Amino acid sequence: MRYSLLKIIKEGLTGNKGWRPIWRNPEPKKKYDVIIIGGGGHGLSTAYYLSNVYGINNIAVLEKGWIGSGNIGRNTTIIRSNYMLPGNEPFYELSLKLWEGLEQDFNYNAMISQRGIINLFHSDGQRDAYARRGNAMLLEGADAELLDEDSVRDICPFLDFNNARFPIKGGLMQKRGGTVRHDAVAWGYARGADNKGVDIIQNCEVTGFKIVNGVCKGVETNLGPISANKIASCAAGSSSRVMSLAGIKLPIESHVLQAFVSEGLKPILPNVITFGAGHFYVSQSDKGGLVFGGDIDGYNSYAQRGNLPVVEDVCEGGMALMPIIGRAKLLRMWGGVMDMSMDGSPFIDKTHIQGLYFNGGWCYGGFKATPASGLCYAHLLATDEPHEVATELTLDRFIHGKIIDEKGVGAQPNLH
Amino acid sequence: MVINHPLLGPRDSSEFVYLGDASLMNRPNWLDKDAGQKFYTYQYLRDNPHLEHKELWFHEQGDRSWLIVTRNTSTHEILKVELAKKFFDKGG
Repeated sequence: MRYSLLKIIKEGLTGNKGWRPIWRNPEPKKKYDVIIIGGGGHGLSTAYYLSNVYGINNIAVLEKGWIGSGNIGRNTTIIRSNYMLPGNEPFYELSLKLWEGLEQDFNYNAMISQRGIINLFHSDGQRDAYARRGNAMLLEGADAELLDEDSVRDICPFLDFNNARFPIKGGLMQKRGGTVRHDAVAWGYARGADNKGVDIIQNCEVTGFKIVNGVCKGVETNLGPISANKIASCAAGSSSRVMSLAGIKLPIESHVLQAFVSEGLKPILPNVITFGAGHFYVSQSDKGGLVFGGDIDGYNSYAQRGNLPVVEDVCEGGMALMPIIGRAKLLRMWGGVMDMSMDGSPFIDKTHIQGLYFNGGWCYGGFKATPASGLCYAHLLATDEPHEVATELTLDRFIHGKIIDEKGVGAQPNLH
Repeated sequence: MVINHPLLGPRDSSEFVYLGDASLMNRPNWLDKDAGQKFYTYQYLRDNPHLEHKELWFHEQGDRSWLIVTRNTSTHEILKVELAKKFFDKGG
């Protein structure tokens, strides 16, 4: 069923009786060409691009819970491509380009809003760093604009420009950045994959791998064994748990990141703002809530909830940046589990076990990467060669000294 | 979280700095034949277990001691707190 204005009018006039569930709930078959472990944003987009771009349709997506129940449903919905390093920026710029055409591509309303993102700076040194990053972005074909204080004031007059400790001196703006309705991304990809015959199997937990002579032949699940030619792990947050079933130790720690949303307010915040002196980022949802977040809690955690010291830290950041936020009541807060990698950058790679592939380590930047992650992972699964923008996202890069460390803090995951 | 410090009693976790897996105490010997591989494993790879995890916390806002905390990573429940020093004294 293709969605269109005509379809909406027709259904509206006939009592909306023609809408159907947008994916099936099939029983797993005994064998597939590709099994994708994890029915989140990245797993579903991988299935979508494998079936729609690379012509592989005999695919199962195995999801332990229900699809979209992990970080695709828990993030702060920001998309952007304001990275600096050559291993990262082309990948994220491809992702932003895919976001721009996504709704037409998969015929689903993901409410993509390119409202712009501003990274504020508060000192001369930070201005230089952002100018450098902006130039790196321009070199890769992304857009970037260095705003002075007056330009930021025109856009967001309510910020605390004269803060005694961290006065706002300007910002690096990416106008093509913005926000997306996150759940709709999972549902749109699921629908697009299901249409091509991909089996999305929910409440199916992988409990082991069938590995014979160094070749991965399939998985054990709570619904019985399923075999496949290629098995693709895509369970960021729980990557270490999944891959430990195959005896693989990863350069990853799992950490909890909290996010917050205020009560609904009238439109006040026109774009996405990030604080340059602390870790705080905020946007306003279409329902009016201020959606914001900050640092990870900083200790290993698989709990989808955090602790109060970070809540306090995030609120302090919010108050330092925009004191008006103090008048808004907090409506909800929640946590998600992040694959924090050793250099803050992700992995899309084969493993040393033939037929077993790995996608993970997205730290807290996985949502914006959803389309490119799916496309590049699909490319790897279909051709056994990395996509041209993902050649550096390898699992063994640390042993070769080819780290992609945007922040330059080294192998300390809770600092990325 | 409240960490029950062996010397100072219950302290808020925000007084501490977190380093990570307690295996980081077992630094490889740089003279070993395969020291490169050992240091790679030591520095970059983690067990990252679900449930019980032994980890290093530094009491920066307190007595500046290193603690080995055994904690459940699923519930955040702290099961055991020990001074890291006694393991160093044993040479391991």
